[in-house]
Parts: sequence; structure tokens; C-alpha cells
Amino acid sequence: MNFISLFIIPIFVVSVVLYGFLKRLDIYESFLKGAKEGLVMTFHIAPAIIAMVFATNLFLNSNFIDWFFQFLHPIFQILHIPIEIIPMALVRPISGTASLAILNNILMVYGPDSFVGRLASTLQGCTDTTIYVLALYFGSIKITKTGHALFAGLFADLIGILASFIIVSIFFG
Amino acid sequence: MVSIIWGFFIFVGVFFSIVTGNVEALNNQILKGASDGIGILMEMLPVLVLWTGVMKIAEDAGILQKFSNLVRPVLRKLFPSLDKNDPALGYIASNIAANALGLGSAATPFGLKAMDELQKKNPKKDTATEAMITFLILNTGGVTIIPTTVIALRLMHGSANPSEIIITSILATACSSISGLLLDYVIRKRKRS
Repeated sequence: MNFISLFIIPIFVVSVVLYGFLKRLDIYESFLKGAKEGLVMTFHIAPAIIAMVFATNLFLNSNFIDWFFQFLHPIFQILHIPIEIIPMALVRPISGTASLAILNNILMVYGPDSFVGRLASTLQGCTDTTIYVLALYFGSIKITKTGHALFAGLFADLIGILASFIIVSIFFG
Repeated sequence: MVSIIWGFFIFVGVFFSIVTGNVEALNNQILKGASDGIGILMEMLPVLVLWTGVMKIAEDAGILQKFSNLVRPVLRKLFPSLDKNDPALGYIASNIAANALGLGSAATPFGLKAMDELQKKNPKKDTATEAMITFLILNTGGVTIIPTTVIALRLMHGSANPSEIIITSILATACSSISGLLLDYVIRKRKRS
């Protein structure tokens, strides 16, 4: 399994470049164009990242979570999961940047190759900012009665969290 | 919404630190907070820029188009209320394909176009149609094949294999999306009967 994940990116990159080359595309020009967009995009999200990293660091280092979720400690101790995963799961549907900042904190404290590091990484990759997306998309066409969209979306997120835990446990034990 | 989270984080963080007598550390953190953010950005920047470059090649070479043709037959099954030539179906396919390839910024315009098309045939303009709901459940499932930002962060923190979470992410995404769609299907069925 490790082997496959190690090869996904190299194979993907080579296939794309080769395909573009065979299509007689100016691959170098295309790359530069895309890289420029990436640069612009990164500077575009820079203020949000700085703001969120600042706030989440304050929040996570204040030990508030430890105190607030004390009643959950026994369960989390048995499962060997740091309690920080809770706020990450809670903010994931609302703000991708906030959960990214918490992920960064978890990776910094526990290491990316720890169980919780892998779990948090999987969590960040497996769902999207459900509430934000619904607000943006329904807002764009002025729909106010959204039916069961939010319920089903959050249900899917919850399953994603549980599935992440089970799958990471199976894969990395 | 995000304002509430942000304000809550800062307020609780500062308040709780003061209550627990952690004022010195607090001072440092407020002053150091921004440089941590810059650190993350600088570490992520090269990976993101490289990746958007490669993905632009994919887009220009028509891989995005190919990919969306690939998902189209599956989409027709998921959206029984849409005609097979409905332009919305094409936009939905492009949106899903762009999301899967990690082209988030390219995906959003397609998604908004799809909503626009769906709204044109909506008899009640303030109420979401079945197709809209199904589309958004599919969209918020967030099917990304290669989660670049996560990989960049893992790389930055010295992971031995930053990309090892690709497969676990794909599997978890599949579980999440399928359960969302199933729930949507069940609710739709119950409303009709």
C-alpha cells in the first residue's frame, strides 16, 4: 500500500507531461501559466492563513479543549487519540483554513507520521467545507428553502470522520 | 460564520490563558502568531505552485474534458430528473472532474454555472430542487484524488512519506460521499411515497 501511495504523484506528473507533449502542447508555457496562477492564489489566501493560524494557535495552546472535553478523556485515552481532533472535526465543515491551521498544529506537536497526524491529514483530505459551500452555491441563486441538503451533507461528513478513523487504524495500526 | 469561529478562538484562547495564569506565554503567542502563518505559507508555496503548473498542463491538454466525459454516464444515474442533454449535467461533470483533480479554483465557476442552469428549470425559485441537493451533496463530499495542501504540510513537518495519506483519504471520501448519496436517495423516495 505504501508502495502505491509513493508512486501516485510521480506517475501522475509524468503522465500529464507526456500526454501534453504528445498532444503537441507547449507544455512549458502551460506550466508557467499555471504556476503563476498558483502564486497569485497563494497570495490571495495568505491573509486568511495568517489570521487563522494566529487564532487557532491561541485557542489550542490555551488548554481550553483539554478542560472542556474532560468528560471525553477516558474514551480518547483508550483509543489513543489526542483530543485536538475534536475541534478540527467541528470546524472542518465551516472553514477549510481553520481546520488546516489545526492540522498544522497537530502535525507540529505529534508529528506527521503519528497516528493522530495521519488521522488528521486524512480528515482534512476527505471532506469539504459543507456549510460554506452550501451557503455559497444556494446563495448565488437566492435559494432559501434548502430541503435536506445540510442534513445529508453533515451526515456524510460524520461518516467521513468515522471512516477516516477506521481506515487509518486498519492501514497504519 | 467564519467570523464567529475566528472571534471565538481568539476570545476563548486569551480568556482561558489569563484564567489559568498563562499570561507570559500568551504575550509571546500574540506577537509570534503572524510569523507562524507566514512560515506555513512559505513552506506550502513551492508545492502549490508546482502543482498548479502541472495541473494547467492537464487542463490545456484536455485531460479535464476527458475526465468529465468519463464521469458523465455515472452522473446520469445520479440525476434521474435531468434530461440527458441538459447543459447542467455538463457543468456538474466539469465541476466534479476539476474538484477531483484538485483544481478548486476552476471547479467553483463550473459549479455556480450548474446551479444557474438548474435554477432555470426550477418552478419554485426559492426552493431547492432534488437535482440541486444531490449535486451539492456530491460536491461537498470533496472527491480530491491528490490533496496537495495536506501533502505540502506533511512534507514541511518532516514526514517520511508525505503522500501516504492519499489512499486513506480516497477511501474515506468514498465512504462519506456514498453514505451522503444513499441518505439523499432514501429521503427522496420517502417524500414521493
